[in-house]
Amino acid sequence: MKRILVGIKRVVDYNVRVRVKPDGSGVITDGVKMSVNPFDEIALEEALRIRERGGADEVIVATVGPADCQQQLRTALAMGADRALHVQADGVVEPLVAARALLKLIEREQPLLVILGKQAIDDDNGQTGQVLAALWNRPQATYASKLELTGETARVTREVDAGLETLEVDLPAVITTDLRLNEPRYVKLPDIMKAKKKPLDTLTLAALGVEQRQQLKLVRFEPPPQRQKGIRVKDAAELVDALKKKGLL
Amino acid sequence: MSASVLIVAEHDGGKLNPSTAKCVSCARALAGAQLTVVVCAADAAGVAAQAAQLAGVSRVLTLENPANAHALAAVLAPQIVAIAAPYTHLLGPSTTFGKDLMARIAGLLDAPQVSDIMAIDSPTRFRRPIYAGNAILTVDSEGAAQVVGTVRTASFEAAGGGGAAPVEKANANVTLPTHTRFVSVSAAKTDRPDLQTAARVISGGRALGSAEGFKILYSLADKIGAAVGASRAAVDAGYAPNEMQVGQTGKIIAPELYMAVGISGAIQHLTGIKDARTIVAINKDGEAPIFEVADFGLVGDLFQIIPQIEQLL
Repeated sequence: MKRILVGIKRVVDYNVRVRVKPDGSGVITDGVKMSVNPFDEIALEEALRIRERGGADEVIVATVGPADCQQQLRTALAMGADRALHVQADGVVEPLVAARALLKLIEREQPLLVILGKQAIDDDNGQTGQVLAALWNRPQATYASKLELTGETARVTREVDAGLETLEVDLPAVITTDLRLNEPRYVKLPDIMKAKKKPLDTLTLAALGVEQRQQLKLVRFEPPPQRQKGIRVKDAAELVDALKKKGLL
Repeated sequence: MSASVLIVAEHDGGKLNPSTAKCVSCARALAGAQLTVVVCAADAAGVAAQAAQLAGVSRVLTLENPANAHALAAVLAPQIVAIAAPYTHLLGPSTTFGKDLMARIAGLLDAPQVSDIMAIDSPTRFRRPIYAGNAILTVDSEGAAQVVGTVRTASFEAAGGGGAAPVEKANANVTLPTHTRFVSVSAAKTDRPDLQTAARVISGGRALGSAEGFKILYSLADKIGAAVGASRAAVDAGYAPNEMQVGQTGKIIAPELYMAVGISGAIQHLTGIKDARTIVAINKDGEAPIFEVADFGLVGDLFQIIPQIEQLL
């Protein structure tokens, strides 16, 4: 059985304007729309396309987090994942803990490929894929914008600062997705109904033998400094004058 | 205990990337810290000599291996981990090179990583942006023997020159994996300044309408020695290559002058430019959010305004 494991995270929806709580203890999440992290949707879409082309038999979606995360697993099942694994964990799940939990799932499921988003849009850590690849002692190809499977290897085009880099990696491997890898499909209503019948297994960190450990204490959340509101100029000449006065042109 | 910092140099085989000098500035916030820069390369001498000149660096180590000709995280990480024991902090730039590599190092060390460090308040206390820069989080690593970090380069000035640190060869006796192989890298050749370090940047958005439309920006950029960037919308539309993207998912920059042309100013774009010294917005929609952050705003048709600016110079 050729399997692909996709990791997803429940995050504040990308359209929500996030605000810091007045006491600095966190950001306001009460009553805020939650979604699948957008980069993880891209990861799932890529896995589904590989399965649809015959490159894999089964797509498993997994998350590590509190009970609410099951909503996002159901969304992933509605998108087309075959089954879901929920590793129950409360509190802050640091990348090392998430990666250790995913590694336990890898040992059980023996996937040929693990695809994750390059970062979650809440904590913006961008670590879990690389940490997982390190712990698993397997290749990583981060920031993928193109992925081709050829038997025992994958050819991955990566979006790097210099341009596009192509790597060849032996399978199994960890891939993290960038924006331009694909455009995720929309979920249709009948698929949401069907997803309710798909298997969703719940596990715990303890049952997997993973310690819930927080190494970075969250001390304080603050709003970012605001820029001073500037001035309007009426035409190109006034703009050029203003910039010359500041020594910028 | 005073801090001892290992900074992983970014380079292209011949030239040290300016991101390394910014990591040095970040690390200098740790009072009394010893700063060591490590250069992983097939032939490290040239880059090591450049790193040795950075003010504040006490030592440069080289890890030479033919396998280090291309920066593959899976190949570099075990070598750096092999020499990591004496250091309290391991830092790399928050560029695609550093983000790819440092987290793999953190995984091997079983150490916490602080991503996108924008300030160091104490040896255990760091500030970093989260939620695409909509909040700033202070974290504390008290109790961790080692901390890995990526440095948000836009938050720091590059360290100056004038140093003369000794260069030493280091040895990492580890078996390197062969499961990850470099195939190629493609980048548009350009004579313009590097987007991430340019003092002036002109970026275009979807309003440019086509790759052809970007030509008026290239023309103005060449006149004032600026780099050219693009919004995500413009890159997605195919008007500009991905390496020109400025914003949360592209490059985060801090030029002296940033000109946003035909860019509405989505949050993810603003995240990438908020450290720019002066922001100019040119847009036909006077209500566009970019004007909220612009020091100078000009409402009008960019296809008329940009050539006018060029003529006035």
